[in-house]
Amino acid sequence: MATPQWPKMEKRALLGKRISRLDGPVKATGQAKYAYDMNRPGMLYARCCFAPYGAMKINGIDASAAEKAPGVRAVLVEQNMIGDEVRYVGQILATVAADTEEQAHEALRLIKVDFERLDMVLDDMNPANATGKPSGKEEGTVDDAMAAAKVVSEGEYGIPVITHCCLEAHGQVSEFKDGEMTFWPSTQSVSAYAEGMDQSIEVEQSKIHVDCQYMGGGFGSKFSHDQWGVIGALLSKQTGRPVKLMLERDQELMVAGNRPSAFGKVRVAVSPEGKMTAIDADVWGTGGNGGYRMPPVPYVFEGIPNVRNKGQGIKTNRGSQRAWRAPSHPQGCFITMAAVEDAAAAAGIDALEFFKNNLDLTSRPEVYAEQLDIAAELIGYKTKAHLRGQGEGPVRRGIGISIHTWGGMGHPSNCDAIINPDGSVEIRLGTQDLGSGTRTVVGIVAAETYGLPLEAITVSMGNNKYPFSSASGGSTTVGGVSSSTRIACTNALNALLEVVAPRLGVAPEALEVAGGKIFESAKPGNSIAWKDACGLMGPNPITKQGANEQKASQDLKLIDAGVGGVQMADVSVDIETGVVTLNEMVAVQDCGLIVDLKTAESQVYGGLIMGITYALYEEALYNHKTGRMLNGDLEFYRLAGLKDIGQLKVHMMTTEKYDSRGVIGLGEPPVISPGAAISNAVANAAGVRVPHLPLTPERVIVALQKGGILV
Amino acid sequence: MADSTKTTRGSGLSRRGFLKGISAGGVATGLVGGAAVQHGKVVEAAPAVVGPGDTAIKLKINGEVKSLTVEPRTTLLDALRNRLDITGAKKVCDRGTCGACTLWIDGQPAYACSVLAIDAEDSEITTIESLGTPERMTALQQAFVNNDAQQCGFCTPGMIMACEAFLKENPSPTRDQVRDGISGNLCRCGTYHGIIDAVLEAAKTMKGGA
Repeated sequence: MATPQWPKMEKRALLGKRISRLDGPVKATGQAKYAYDMNRPGMLYARCCFAPYGAMKINGIDASAAEKAPGVRAVLVEQNMIGDEVRYVGQILATVAADTEEQAHEALRLIKVDFERLDMVLDDMNPANATGKPSGKEEGTVDDAMAAAKVVSEGEYGIPVITHCCLEAHGQVSEFKDGEMTFWPSTQSVSAYAEGMDQSIEVEQSKIHVDCQYMGGGFGSKFSHDQWGVIGALLSKQTGRPVKLMLERDQELMVAGNRPSAFGKVRVAVSPEGKMTAIDADVWGTGGNGGYRMPPVPYVFEGIPNVRNKGQGIKTNRGSQRAWRAPSHPQGCFITMAAVEDAAAAAGIDALEFFKNNLDLTSRPEVYAEQLDIAAELIGYKTKAHLRGQGEGPVRRGIGISIHTWGGMGHPSNCDAIINPDGSVEIRLGTQDLGSGTRTVVGIVAAETYGLPLEAITVSMGNNKYPFSSASGGSTTVGGVSSSTRIACTNALNALLEVVAPRLGVAPEALEVAGGKIFESAKPGNSIAWKDACGLMGPNPITKQGANEQKASQDLKLIDAGVGGVQMADVSVDIETGVVTLNEMVAVQDCGLIVDLKTAESQVYGGLIMGITYALYEEALYNHKTGRMLNGDLEFYRLAGLKDIGQLKVHMMTTEKYDSRGVIGLGEPPVISPGAAISNAVANAAGVRVPHLPLTPERVIVALQKGGILV
Repeated sequence: MADSTKTTRGSGLSRRGFLKGISAGGVATGLVGGAAVQHGKVVEAAPAVVGPGDTAIKLKINGEVKSLTVEPRTTLLDALRNRLDITGAKKVCDRGTCGACTLWIDGQPAYACSVLAIDAEDSEITTIESLGTPERMTALQQAFVNNDAQQCGFCTPGMIMACEAFLKENPSPTRDQVRDGISGNLCRCGTYHGIIDAVLEAAKTMKGGA
């Protein structure tokens, strides 16, 4: 009998190899159809009229002129907003559905909104604006430890609100027909997309169909059907026509995903032995109109014996925060690792030595020690490193270090494995592929389990008619679907082995499968080809279900949680212009058993690049008087381009020690450290901490002037 | 931004002028009257006034002539996507910044969001749909797959169109030339590393060096 545990490393045909993603060709040829690309017969285009100020009292919304405009089929006014207050710019007030996009756009201009402006709060850098209940803790005797320290370093750090900026805007096509509603959304949650929607659109849950084969980026912002999902459905019901509602770029950047900011004042005590003995952190920031959770400070170095921290949120008149790849971690990591590096510099200790000397304060000292050595080797630390501020000349080079962690436990997932009498195999599950390679992972696990080539497997997913699989967030998908697929495939295989065993004259327990054959383990010559074996099944396919139940799967070592990663950055700082150039970045990452090394490495490269972007360029800027976003486009909301990323090196931990833990998620970890590593590199090069990200020339110059380096 | 409800057909503003970072609405005003250089020739402007409202035009796309109606202000990108269901070119920034809508006009890469459909009437428009198919990819498309130069894939069609055009001009590029040449296209998933490798691999394959 086949068992669900992963095969031993030396027995694997596909697992852990570099395999091209299954949907690569359809994407590279432009044939992949995203929500934005769905064109249905008779489809209308919807556009939203949104609040132009961050705080308004709405007295009335008059859409009568818009309703009569050419091509307009329906206008949906947000009646509940009348008499209510707008709390952030971009809040939807009405939506127009028209025959063409141009007509919808034109009609928006005819909507008259009667309003009064209200006062608003936009400043999240001032802790005095905090209104939320403070959270935090006090452990040990912080003040005593500070008093006994050899050095107490003190710093201020900040990381602003940034956006998710998915290239495919949020939205969907909705089509109401014969009492049933079909959605083609851009979503991270196919199975649960319609949850909680049935009441607002008055369509039973069982009559809501969801299909999303490809989606253009989510990064944590596309879990919900959102207000526009309901609006699109209502407009389709009202007009009897399919409706496409995709947010425009400015609205996408304002309301469809903000990462909370974090600012902090931190003190770190260092003992004469170079150990961190105490940390005192005061942290604040904004989740916009949403809530605020204090980022973890201290981060990773959670074993610092004396800790006092306090966190408080500032409610501001801007769009609500959404989960952004590794929620809270990039912020907590940046504030902590910058403070740690400042402490090392204040104590006059080499940063790498300081990190290593304090690893016993982390929960994975051995992993980090191994990874720090690998990263140091890859970046050439020995030859390039110097103490802070020892660079010379107008362009100064420096290295920065950061370490991070993440959970990544596989989420609840169900899967059907189907073996057909003709030998074909289909795997069905209601998961989604965000571009992380989920489809390919499922195919690899199935092919490995059946000893078949990857092309022999049909992976059916991205539709809510398939078995429920959870939303893709928090690096939980690959663990979840690998486990459910492996279990379902094993169950189906065992049913097939029962059928085949008599033919080979042995018990099913004596059989195994590899290379397209089922054979007796002790006598491999006693075999039958896969296709012939399936021919013995009779007319009905074998369908078996598998479920990822976290505890059970963890016991089987199919999945696990908790990883470590180290990143180092090598930068040049032009101290006359303040321009930071990223020369090189190294990422060393553990993620347990790797299903597909190629797409796994892509996650890490992608994390590095996204991290470089928020370290050097990204910031959502708002006018404090109007509440409007000043850079709600892709020209001034800058993303890194090909020229900005320097040389990147990725090293995955693939040895047996890591592999034997099972599959652990990878999407979040690599994006956590770049801000800290790059900021630390800039401090190392420039000789002074630039307290706030992104590290724009202006900020670098100001810091150099304050530090007396540029006069 | 002012919307054009009235503009001229077949005006002579060069595409290059269009792409100098001005938005479609702004351009329309600059279109009326005057002569300009197009394809190196001086074209006399004899503008027939069209619009507002639907205007019948013909576009030559991937070698096929398509008849359609657009408003004068309709961009080439919206005409392709909304009127003709040709959706390879993606709408992302709609302001000529990100490159996701890159296609070729008379063989030259252009941002379809920054060209009016009515101004593309006399040109050969080439979209990603005319390159390879999943079964028969171009060397570059295959290299994108091999090097995992795509994740969500939304920027990919524009990237491919930009990279194919770049390789025509630079058949033997260096790494730095690729960085420069493709810097007009943005990706959010962070696939640049794979893209550079893919372009270099394709250059090699196209020269028979596989």
